[in-house]
Amino acid sequence: MYEGVVQNLIDELGRLPGVGPKSAQRIAFHLLAADVDDVRRLVSALTEVKEKVRFCATCGNVAEDELCRICLDQRRDPSILCVVEEPKDVVAIERTREYRGRYHVLGGAISPIEGVGPDELRVRELMSRLADGTVTELILATDPNLEGEATATYLARMVASLGLRVTRLASGLPVGGDLEYADEVTLGRAFEGRRSLDV
Amino acid sequence: MYVAHLSLADFRSYTEVELPLEPGVTTFVGPNGQGKTNLVEAVNYLATLGSHRVAQDAPLVRFGTERAVIRADVVDTSATTPRHNLLEVEITPGKANRARLNRSPATRPRDILGIVTTVLFAPEDLALVKGDPAQRRRFLDDVLVARAPRFAGVRADYDRVLKQRNALLKSAGAATRGAKRGGQAPDLSTLDVWDTHLSTAGAELLAARLELVDALRPLVAKAYDAVAAGGAGDAQLTYRSSLGPEMDQAADRDTLARELLAAAGRARQDEIERGVSLVGPHRDDLVLGLGPMPAKGYASHGESWSFALALRLASYELLRAGGSDPVLVLDDVFAELDTGRRDRLARLVADAEQVLVTAAVPDDVPDRLEGSRVDVGSGSVRPVG
Repeated sequence: MYEGVVQNLIDELGRLPGVGPKSAQRIAFHLLAADVDDVRRLVSALTEVKEKVRFCATCGNVAEDELCRICLDQRRDPSILCVVEEPKDVVAIERTREYRGRYHVLGGAISPIEGVGPDELRVRELMSRLADGTVTELILATDPNLEGEATATYLARMVASLGLRVTRLASGLPVGGDLEYADEVTLGRAFEGRRSLDV
Repeated sequence: MYVAHLSLADFRSYTEVELPLEPGVTTFVGPNGQGKTNLVEAVNYLATLGSHRVAQDAPLVRFGTERAVIRADVVDTSATTPRHNLLEVEITPGKANRARLNRSPATRPRDILGIVTTVLFAPEDLALVKGDPAQRRRFLDDVLVARAPRFAGVRADYDRVLKQRNALLKSAGAATRGAKRGGQAPDLSTLDVWDTHLSTAGAELLAARLELVDALRPLVAKAYDAVAAGGAGDAQLTYRSSLGPEMDQAADRDTLARELLAAAGRARQDEIERGVSLVGPHRDDLVLGLGPMPAKGYASHGESWSFALALRLASYELLRAGGSDPVLVLDDVFAELDTGRRDRLARLVADAEQVLVTAAVPDDVPDRLEGSRVDVGSGSVRPVG
């Protein structure tokens, strides 16, 4: 154990995801040794992020205003809506530069163990966005794990009566990878989702 | 296949062990409490990623240390040229275990399953006959995994769905009781979704178990005859599904999934009241019968032992037919058997590629199984001769 303030810092850092006690200690001592200005910059970045960043009123993505950058962009196609779990998934899809529609961030996935049901997610907001009929295709891009699949199935059932085109992202082999390294579940899915090759 | 070398670090009572092994029979001899079983338990851990003695990993790590390491050089002799595989598992209780195959880390420990398979006979096997259904379900699932390692994933997926669904049922049950006192009615909208996932995952496990029981049935009957030598009657296996008696025959996955879904629908009220999932492979049993009678409760001690041995021998035959000889482990079983059963068991396993035997009293081991001998005493392991 260290002196009060230092131990406080270690404890606080240790609460961050992916940071264990050893890493927390390392970061704390790095900060102690670092230049005051560097630390001030970090502090102001931390305060700013909590003061300025909000969640978009429409889609739930991180925003600096009432609406996020994507919801404000008039060039984005309002007829396609992609449902993701977290804001970081929006960033991942944006990196592809393939998708020109809009997003809806749920804020997680259904997981009764953690006490997360539809009411804890932004499902009601999604339903009201779909109500006016602008959206014609709904892409369910939740994670391909049990909770993500369950959320996708649940949403697909909820919107079944709306007459939308509902799609789920394909799962399968990573591009540039080797077939032999794929695990059997992924490979099995890839087989299920195989498509004909047009020549 | 056979294990050519076993190394342990901080595993159970051992600080460090380096033990070269040969194909054929090896007998570990030493007084009680010296660590004979610990050695074979380590080999079995590499095959199943679990211990046959304890459910938790904590007791496997030497008291006062943080992690244990099991390392084994396993030779695969099913190919034309024998192939060495170096398996390594690091057990850290409270954290994720790590596994390495030929010095490169495996993504998940279960990726190393199938490199070494074992069939283990232990005094605990009596619980297969006399114990609760969970023991027999575990027996079936372990054989499934040894035959096709992908079932480790299937079983893990099913367990996960089950946990999620039970959590939902529990909270729905609490909400229902609350609603009767004027609280909010439970939200059951997601239960349908979990029903679907439970029935798909459950159907895959159930279909595989039914198929396995069909494959084991003749082998168990044959093995029982050989071990008991003219016992009370034929050994029989019946899979009892929570879906009802008409579902004990092998069926295709889609049919089973439909049946499971329908059964979950029928049981829903009950399930919400009790807060647990009442249909699915986690509620099934493998019923063992001797002639017209169930073995549990009716079989004598000796008959029960013969049945337990027959189940293990049948799984050994089945795995062997799959291409590669599993490593046979006979942990302290001879002391439990009469002379006739000892000799017949020894005859049945004598030609296995590798047999690891533990015994406190060397005379308990039939002469037929005389192989190389390893003395185990006060933390040391010494090959004799």
